[in-house]
Amino acid sequence: MLISREDVEHVAALARLALTDEETDKLTVELGQILEHAGKISEIDTAGVEPSAHAIKVTNVLRADKVGDELSQEEALANAPDREDDAFGVPKIV
Amino acid sequence: MTAPRAVDYDLTIKEASDRLDRGEISAVELTEAVLSRINAVEPQVKAYLHVDEDSAREQAAAADKSRRDGGVGPLLGIPLAVKDNICIQGMPATCASKILSGFVSPYDATVTGALKKSGAVLLGKTNLDEFAMGSSTENSAMQVTSNPWDLSRVPGGSSGGSAAAVAAGQALAALGSDTGGSIRQPAAFCGVVGLKPTYGVVSRYGLVAFASSLDQIGPLTKDVADAALLLNVLAGHDRHDSTSIDREYPDFTAALDGGVDGLRLGFPQELVAEGVSDDIKAVVDGTIKKLEAQGAIVEPVSLPTLAYALSAYYIIAPAEASSNLARFDGVRYGRRAEGAKDLLEMYKRTRAEGFGPEVKRRIMLGTYALSAGYYDAYYGQAQKVRTLIIDEFKQAFDKFDALISPTTPTTAFEIGAKTASPVEMYLSDVLTIPANLAGLPAISVPVGLVEGLPVGLQVMAKHFDETTVLRVGAAVERQAAFGERPLLD
Repeated sequence: MLISREDVEHVAALARLALTDEETDKLTVELGQILEHAGKISEIDTAGVEPSAHAIKVTNVLRADKVGDELSQEEALANAPDREDDAFGVPKIV
Repeated sequence: MTAPRAVDYDLTIKEASDRLDRGEISAVELTEAVLSRINAVEPQVKAYLHVDEDSAREQAAAADKSRRDGGVGPLLGIPLAVKDNICIQGMPATCASKILSGFVSPYDATVTGALKKSGAVLLGKTNLDEFAMGSSTENSAMQVTSNPWDLSRVPGGSSGGSAAAVAAGQALAALGSDTGGSIRQPAAFCGVVGLKPTYGVVSRYGLVAFASSLDQIGPLTKDVADAALLLNVLAGHDRHDSTSIDREYPDFTAALDGGVDGLRLGFPQELVAEGVSDDIKAVVDGTIKKLEAQGAIVEPVSLPTLAYALSAYYIIAPAEASSNLARFDGVRYGRRAEGAKDLLEMYKRTRAEGFGPEVKRRIMLGTYALSAGYYDAYYGQAQKVRTLIIDEFKQAFDKFDALISPTTPTTAFEIGAKTASPVEMYLSDVLTIPANLAGLPAISVPVGLVEGLPVGLQVMAKHFDETTVLRVGAAVERQAAFGERPLLD
């Protein structure tokens, strides 16, 4: 068993996913199967190998800090499920 | 206005453009022909999530007016489809996910802006696996798309709607996105051409991110020449995408007739290993013999770490996805769960209700692989394996101009055949994933039929060598003389 039910519950909390009991059971099995396959990469000796985050090496891209032709506040708010005045509305935080 | 000929929807971009230039057909007539085709076959194929007929007619009329006023260009008045994870201003962009139901794009992706500028007619948005996660388009939360060659089979995925639409004559060509084969695999299954450019050649701005270091937008077309035509419009640096590469791009149509005489083509043995069907091997072997007869030097080559590409991919892609999809939290766009008592509960329930099973699976897998205690063993190791794969490709391209392989291990499978087993489904991308990990340009070209289902051949080349990919692809296409279309009527 590569991953326990408790692991799945912990990861679901990290990922902000409210899983049902059935989903948790199913994911425990499925993630175990996928990790068993993916875990084959541990067979490879990678001592001294640098990790690659990208295939094409690009360096930091800088630009002048100038406002361009970007979305207006109204356009940015147009898809919001809830708004309060000129801001996104959310449920109580504290 | 004369009634459109029945076959107008089957034209390539080049053929249609020539007819438009000669005044034999108008953009309005061409668009009406494609809209009629959509209405005729869409109930069977279900390729589209959204068709905007009125907008398409307006764009076509504008293209005709532009042409009368002296406008020119290979895409002026050409009806195209766009995968529904790429933004078109004023149209939905659902990513085939419930979490984005109701979302209307407030801006154009850089690629759709470029298509509009070139006068293309954007018909609508095509179906996909939810957030482009899948290999059959069955993970769409909206509908199941059928393969036009056999309606009981999948079109492939995740750009299954785009591939099916082009194969069925519901668009002259389409845009897709490719993270692990999502352009090439459905192109192979549907008997069309699919091109994934080098990472960074096409701007990802306005493409809803899945795995940012792997995602690339590209064309699905009826032939290789059309892929080159579209790439001419799509390629270019974009200040909105800091990973887009600032360099001079050639005219990609220039080398199409170059042929393969004297070219060295490698045939990676790891990509014809276990799982590739004998029928597909036979079709690919037949194509190789024809290329050799044209003067190509084809040799087997070994890239041993490719055997681990799929495993590395299913760590890296979900890891990046788990980070990218954190933005879907019910605050700024999309749907929000009702009645949550506080913010945390709102997040958890919104995401639980909005995401489908495969998306949840990948978010969970990625979060696990990035979590404390597992990061080095999974994500860190996968990134090192990625380095080895990149290096092996570099060595291979010291010796070879291009690498060829089947695009897929099998032809299109039955709807429902692989939905019970995530790992089985993942295996259908085993031949296309290496090009994403290494950022290489790769094309799938149809080369034949096995029991009535299309087979694709994949051509890969070194970074930024789309010209060789297209040149070899065009030679493959001429040798295969595929040219067949599915019978839907």
